[in-house]
Amino acid sequence: MVDHTHQDIDAATGTPTTGHEWDGIKELNTPLPRWWLWLFYACIVWAVGYWVFYPAIPLPGGHTPGILGWTSRGAVNGDVQELVRQRAEFVGKIEKASLQEISADPKLAEFARAYGRSAFGNNCAPCHGSGGQGAVGYPNLAGDRWLWGGSLDQIAATITHGARTGDPEGHDPAGAAGMPAWSKMGLDATQIEQVSDYVVALHNGAATDALPGKKIFAENCAACHGEDAKGNPEMGAPNLTSKSKWLYGSDKATIVQTVANGRAGQMPAWGAKLDPATIKSLAIFVHSLGGGK
Amino acid sequence: MTLSVENTKTRTKLPEPEESDSLYEARKQIYPQSVSGTFRNIKWGLLVGGMLLYYFLPFLRWDRGPDQPGQAVLIDLANGRFYFFGIAIWPQEVYYITGLLILAAFTLFLMNALAGRVWCGYLCPQTVWTDLYLLIERWTQGERRERMKKAGQPWTARTMAQAVSKHALWLLVAWWTGGAWVLYFADAPTLVKQLATFDAPAQAYIWIGIFTATTYVLAGFAREQVCLYMCPWPRIQAALTDEWALNVTYRVDRGEPRGSVKKARALREAGQPAGDCVDCNQCVVVCPTGVDIRNGLDMGCVQCGLCIDACDTVMTKIGRPKGLIGYDTDLNVERRAQGLPALKPRIFRARTITYMVLILGVAAFMGVSLATRHTLGVDVMHDRNPIFVALSDGSLRNGYTIRALNKTGAARDFTLTLEGLPRGQLDILGQKGAGALDVHVEADQTLELRVMVTTPPDATPPQSTPIKFILTDPKTGEQASRADFFKGP
Repeated sequence: MVDHTHQDIDAATGTPTTGHEWDGIKELNTPLPRWWLWLFYACIVWAVGYWVFYPAIPLPGGHTPGILGWTSRGAVNGDVQELVRQRAEFVGKIEKASLQEISADPKLAEFARAYGRSAFGNNCAPCHGSGGQGAVGYPNLAGDRWLWGGSLDQIAATITHGARTGDPEGHDPAGAAGMPAWSKMGLDATQIEQVSDYVVALHNGAATDALPGKKIFAENCAACHGEDAKGNPEMGAPNLTSKSKWLYGSDKATIVQTVANGRAGQMPAWGAKLDPATIKSLAIFVHSLGGGK
Repeated sequence: MTLSVENTKTRTKLPEPEESDSLYEARKQIYPQSVSGTFRNIKWGLLVGGMLLYYFLPFLRWDRGPDQPGQAVLIDLANGRFYFFGIAIWPQEVYYITGLLILAAFTLFLMNALAGRVWCGYLCPQTVWTDLYLLIERWTQGERRERMKKAGQPWTARTMAQAVSKHALWLLVAWWTGGAWVLYFADAPTLVKQLATFDAPAQAYIWIGIFTATTYVLAGFAREQVCLYMCPWPRIQAALTDEWALNVTYRVDRGEPRGSVKKARALREAGQPAGDCVDCNQCVVVCPTGVDIRNGLDMGCVQCGLCIDACDTVMTKIGRPKGLIGYDTDLNVERRAQGLPALKPRIFRARTITYMVLILGVAAFMGVSLATRHTLGVDVMHDRNPIFVALSDGSLRNGYTIRALNKTGAARDFTLTLEGLPRGQLDILGQKGAGALDVHVEADQTLELRVMVTTPPDATPPQSTPIKFILTDPKTGEQASRADFFKGP
């Protein structure tokens, strides 16, 4: 404490000392600048305001709520509401317009693509990739091969109801129409080998009637994949003459495995999780990746 | 804490520290006296002109066509536009602002090389608003002597009323200063209406509040402290000046030795030298920063020329030639001290010519680039993932997101073309029919396009082909292009 009775002035600096001395070392009394001190007190008063206005003191069974009633969750909800309000103009238009109308309006389509892009990143990218490039077993959405059809309405239907997930309006709801396991459907190993050779030739554009697999194909595969092997989006049967990369791979070993053991890829139904405007925007965005088909 | 050696008697006693050793200098209140004369008139003129410009510029209208802002000078932050009469600056053209700042800096340097702190003394808002505040102070509380007499006296109803009206007027000016500031950021007449009906956005009130507070504090209380302690320009200015720059200077050779009018007359009659300075102190009492110019150049001197007016008035009264205090160069100060004749100030010298060339160069560069800048633009972003797509028939396709920019006030129809890939097919998504490459962009808008470039199965382009997207306005022939690549496996 400052000893006011003994105003011991330090000779070298002319500053009073506090009267404290250790081994001849004296402590100078240089008080804090007044402005600093007042600022400090003002900060304390300001800080008390936080106790009063904001949630502050933890108590058993809760905390003091503060007279503003502010919560971080409430603030986030407020921000989300604000965002919804800002988007309302465009989202409202998207809700009302058909997919064709949206894509014909450049500004609305631009908004729908941006809206769809974020929904895609949140929901679709884990399987289909950040740019819709797909992966083995997950279709490339930027290409021109569409298992269940690549028009705007078909894309929207696939997103809403999915495929092989039990949604009665979805594609192949019971999963009965997937690629069967032909090793259990009467084809022996040689036949599987032969038909796989034929399919590889279809992929390479080198299929001839002379190939032994052609007959097997016509008898077993053409029902779904078509006589010309160009596929059928009604069944989710892919075009086997496509030269691009295939969903599970187009090398012979993969095709043999596909023919022998079958495939039944699923697509979740998003209709229950996402609102109609989001699904429409997703359809517009996915369609814009490669222009659909 | 300090070391205090016990055995102090054997040592020489340290001298008692003097008061002046303190690093803190308490502010002395300055009560500038009013003055009239040439420089005062110039300052009034600049004050009125500058204030009129500042307060009324936002109300100036400029027709940019329908649905476009009609304000001549507008900083539209929400839409990312800066309008300056016929020029609209987009965010990506912010370098024009940089150019403007460079021009301002060189102009300041040139002003400094020619006439010292002419910016500080005549044009700086701190000086101008302080001047206005001093005027209000004189109106309400009287002249220098009256104000000094009142200071520290107990309040009376009269002095209280005077002080209240002074602060009220100060706050009014401060509020109006902030009020004009926000008008540059929104449509002025609309905002004025909103402010009057308390419907304006919160930001407007916040900024008016900030400017009211800063104007009130800086012009009412801080005043010359801003120039002395806050502003970096006096320090920089001292490093940029030279012996040819004109400065407000006291003619020592003419003024000294100082003495009363009578004494000087007596000396002159006796044929002895006598100075013109009668030590009337008028140059000091009119100074807004409390400088005594007779002590030589001072960092506190903003060179407003008011002491010249004060001194000239006195010289005229006592029948001595004017110009005892006047604009003079450092060089002449030295020459006069040595008894040499003064030289005429030289406007054209290496330093000023350099600044002039730089100013003209930057101005010409900006002028040319503004005159020839595109009123349309195109930005291209290649799809990152997938980089390319092989199609069923063996074709190769790349996807791009293209943004077309229309920087004019009217809607325009552009065409998009592709260069560098002879067999490449260009398609804009959503266009009716392949190859229809019309791009309609609304006035002062951009439009995002999804664009596909496809090569046929037998083309087999290399891994990377440089290509160019060209946006053309068929009416004017104006083009903008952006280089990119067509990628393959």
